[in-house]
Formats: sequence, C-alpha cells, structure tokens
Amino acid sequence: MSRKSKETWETIRHNTMAMTGLITLGIFIIIAIFGPLIVPFDTQDYGTAADILLPPGNGHLLGTDDMGRDVFANLIAGARISMMIGALATLISMGIGTLIGISSGFKGGKTDLVLMRITDFFLVIPWLPLMMVLAAILGTSIWNIIFVIGITGWAGTARVVRAQTLSVKERPFVERTISLGAGNWHIMIRHILPNVFPLVFANTVLTAAVAIVSETTLSFLGLGDVNTASWGMMLHYAFECGATSLGAYWYYLPPGICVILVVLAFTLIGYAFDEIMNPKLKKR
Amino acid sequence: MKSSSVLQKILYALITIIFVVIFNYFLFRVLPGDPISMIMRNPKASPETIAHIRASYGLDKPWYVQFLIYMKGMFTGDFGTSFVYKKPVMEVIGPKLIPTILMLGIAEIIAIIIGIYLGVLSAWKRGSKLDVGTLCFSLVTYSMPTFWLGMIMVAVFCVNLQIFPIRGMTTAGAFYDSGMQYAGDVIHHLILPVITMSILLIGEYSLTMRNTLIDVLSEDYITTARAKGFKERYVLKKHAMPNAMLPMVTIIAINLGLVVAGAVQIETIFSWPGIGNLMYESLSARDYPVLQGIFLIVTVCVILANLITDLIYDHIDPRVRN
Repeated sequence: MSRKSKETWETIRHNTMAMTGLITLGIFIIIAIFGPLIVPFDTQDYGTAADILLPPGNGHLLGTDDMGRDVFANLIAGARISMMIGALATLISMGIGTLIGISSGFKGGKTDLVLMRITDFFLVIPWLPLMMVLAAILGTSIWNIIFVIGITGWAGTARVVRAQTLSVKERPFVERTISLGAGNWHIMIRHILPNVFPLVFANTVLTAAVAIVSETTLSFLGLGDVNTASWGMMLHYAFECGATSLGAYWYYLPPGICVILVVLAFTLIGYAFDEIMNPKLKKR
Repeated sequence: MKSSSVLQKILYALITIIFVVIFNYFLFRVLPGDPISMIMRNPKASPETIAHIRASYGLDKPWYVQFLIYMKGMFTGDFGTSFVYKKPVMEVIGPKLIPTILMLGIAEIIAIIIGIYLGVLSAWKRGSKLDVGTLCFSLVTYSMPTFWLGMIMVAVFCVNLQIFPIRGMTTAGAFYDSGMQYAGDVIHHLILPVITMSILLIGEYSLTMRNTLIDVLSEDYITTARAKGFKERYVLKKHAMPNAMLPMVTIIAINLGLVVAGAVQIETIFSWPGIGNLMYESLSARDYPVLQGIFLIVTVCVILANLITDLIYDHIDPRVRN
C-alpha cells in the first residue's frame, strides 16, 4: 500500500460514519453471496393452505407470506437480487455519466452545449414518472428494470464529472500531452479519467443508494419481475394481500428495514467520503 | 437583472418542454408490437373492425402526419382518448388535480416551516442532542421507501389505533348536513397522507437549512455583527437568516421530483383520488393515453416551477442580480 492510500485508510478507519456504513454493507454483501446457498428459496414453491401468513416461530424464523412461502428465505434471496439490480444499474449510470461528463468537458463548444441540454433534461424531469413510463413500455423483466434505473440516474454524475474535467483539462500535463500529438480518446482515457475517478467513485455510492430505492419502488408499483424475489416484490405482494390490515407485521417490516439499512450504509459511506475528500467541510 | 439572461432561461425551458413533447411522442410509438393489440385485446376481431379502430386513432396515416396531429393536439389540449374510461384524457385527469394540489400544498407548507425551524435550531446548537437527532432523522427518512412509510402509518394509525380512515378522500356513502361537516371529513382523511409526505420532506429541508446557516455563521460579516455587540438572537435573525434562506428556494425546486415520486406512492397507499393514484391505476391497466397525458402535464409543471424558482432567485439575490 502506498503512503497516500495508507493515510486515506487511516482517516476512514477513524470515521465512525464510514466504518458503520462499510461494516453494514459488508454484512449484506456476504448475505447476498452466501445466504441463498445456505437458505434456498424458490418463488414457485407455494405452501399448503395451512402455511399461509403464519406468525414467526413454528419452524419459520420470520413466519410465512400469503402464499405460504418462508419470509426469511425470501428475504435472503431478496438481498442477492436487490443488490445485484442496484449494482448493475449503478454501473450503467456511472458509465453514461462519466462518458458524457468527460466528453462534454473536454470537447467543449457545441458538443458541450448539446450534451448539457440533454443532461439538464434528465435532471429536471421527475424521475419516477419517467421510470414508470419506460418500465411499462419495455415490459417487466429484471433486465429492463436495471436498464430503466441505469438510464435515468446518470445526469448528476455527468454534471460533476464535467466540472472536474474542465479543471483537469487546464493542467500543464494535459497541455503537454496535446502538444505531443496525443489523440482525444487517449487523453480522455489515460489522463482525464484517472483524475476524475475519485469523484466518480464518491458519486457511485450515492447513486447505488438511489438505485436500490428505485428498484423497491418500481417493484412495489407492479413493474417488477414476478419471477424474482426482490425486496420490492415482497413489499408489493405484502401490500396487495393487505398485510397491513391483517396485522402481518413479519411480512412487511423485514424487507423495508433491509432496504433502509443498505441505503443508509451507502449514504453514510457517501457522506463520510464527502467529508474526507472535501477538507473545507471537515474544518467547519 | 439582465433581460437577456431572463430570455435565455425562458428559451432553455421552452426547448426542454419541446424536447419532452417530442420524446413523449416517440416513447409511446416506438413500442414493440402493434398499438392496435394494446387498444383491443380481442384476438378474434374482424379485419374491418381493426381497420375501423386503426382509422379512428389515426394509425392508418403515415408517421409524419400522425406526428403533426399529435403536435396539434398538444397545443389544443387534446391528449387523446383513455382506453379504460373511453373519455378524453383531459376529462379524466382534470378532476384529479385539486386533491393532489391540496395534499401536496399543505404538506409542503408544513415541511418548510418545520424543516427551517429544525435546521436553525440544529445549526444554532451544533453537536447538541437535537442536532444529532435531526441528522439521524434526515438520514433515515432519506433511506426509507416512501410507500413503506405509508404502510407503517396505515398499520399503526388506521389498523391498530383506528384514529384515521384507511382510504379515500371522503367516507364512502356519507351524507353531509353542512359544508363544514364535509370539510371536516376531508381533513380527517387528509391528515395521514399529509404527515407522511411532510416526514419525507422535512429531513432534506432541515439538513439544507442547517448546513447553509453554519456556512453563513462563519462569514466575516457575522463576526463583525457580533463584535458590534449585537445580541446573538438579533445576529441570527437579522444577519444570518436572510442569507441562509436563499438556498432553501433552490432546494424546494430541486425536490419537486421527490415530491412527485412521493405523491404517486402516498396516493396509492391511501387511495387518495389524485394524479399519483390515477397514474398507478393507468399503469396497472396499461392505459397509455392517460399515462402519457399525466407524464406530460407533470413534467411541464416541474419544468415551469424550476424556471419560476430560477427567476425568483435572480430577483431576490442581489449578487446574481448585478
């Protein structure tokens, strides 16, 4: 480890917020990877009439749902699906945001004007109706959900990356590379990207938080994939069967709490990174 | 305020609106599959019936003629006919506007007042229990799916405590002796959706208020004011607060996307008869013309609200004005 990254790690280690977030997220990632191997779950494996909406206990740690399936096993399977959707959607958002941000900042002129108009468009239109309309048109599959969340969430990143690119572009080493005759793509990938990367990373954390809430919301609204067991789908079924009126708290509380914990973990990490990377905030 | 910058902002907003209108058209027409199959779900329909329906929706014309008809509709308020209600889209959407505006308006006012109050107190007593508490509240409400908060509210206040009605805007089948009685019933139904919406917004507002106020309090002119011997309360009220209020104007506009998202979810949970609930129902029924109409109206409203905030900001901030 270089001295600088060692220093950064020391700062993170002594930041309670960052560590709380990292540990919580770590636990959920481990559950998402190994959980389904230990507690298998099948969306089609309905129980008998006697298994419907059983309270916790009796061999079911968190009771059963309205189709007689084990809530705990569903929750574990949901961790994998929800976090996978969140991760892939974030990857798409970051890719588009970085590409547009760097191109816009580096090329300038008309390219910048057009790209920033498009970015503004995505920033200003209300995101949930846009997602709902897109998801309804594309049809409900897990890949469409990932695509819809990814394609709507990149505008903020593009703006931040553009601003950083504008400042990196003016530094002497870029000028030198240009005078050596390097091509645009070479400069953007080899010289600008590494310098905007820390910023992209900090944005990734916050985008991931939004992506997971978006998945939950879209699934709740009936746009999720019925063959997958995400936390959003659990809440969708819980609402549809009237779990709140039936007092089946074991059905609608756990998925919501899991979403809060994961999103909170991402938010805490993002908040702490902001504090670490922005010395002005630290001093306040 | 330079008139050229105002014109530029108005022009940009107009371009965005035109972009939305065109985007909206292609969004619903580049769908995989034949629109006819969405309008009529009867596979046994005769070719004559299909041709008739195709003609009645203008689908037999070339795409550029369809586009011109669509654009003409946009300017005359003709958004097509609902698949489900068989009525013009505007007639379906119109009556739903008032309940949504009522719910969102009250929730926004409550959230702004409480948010500013909490933010000021947190900044004033930094590091106190109240400050930490407000921060935790903001982080948790930010992380919470809105509809889930609604479900918890229903479970606690409607099912367990039975203080508030579960659904709708009025009690089904009720007779009212007076207007007051009607208003009372509506308010009774309104309380929970409004509280849920306010909780969603308070965190963001209080955090923004707190952070800007802390920034402002570290400025030189505050030190000067204190050095002059003004009381702390006076410095806060007359010197710090007016400057800290500026970013609040922006955050309210930025939050409109969140408000719209919240409205869809909260109205769905409480069956509140507004735009959000209509959007959910149109989605379930795949009523594309209504969905398209709502998308367009909501988006244009948000763009206009952003434009207005931008112009107000220019007007009240003397640094931008010059």
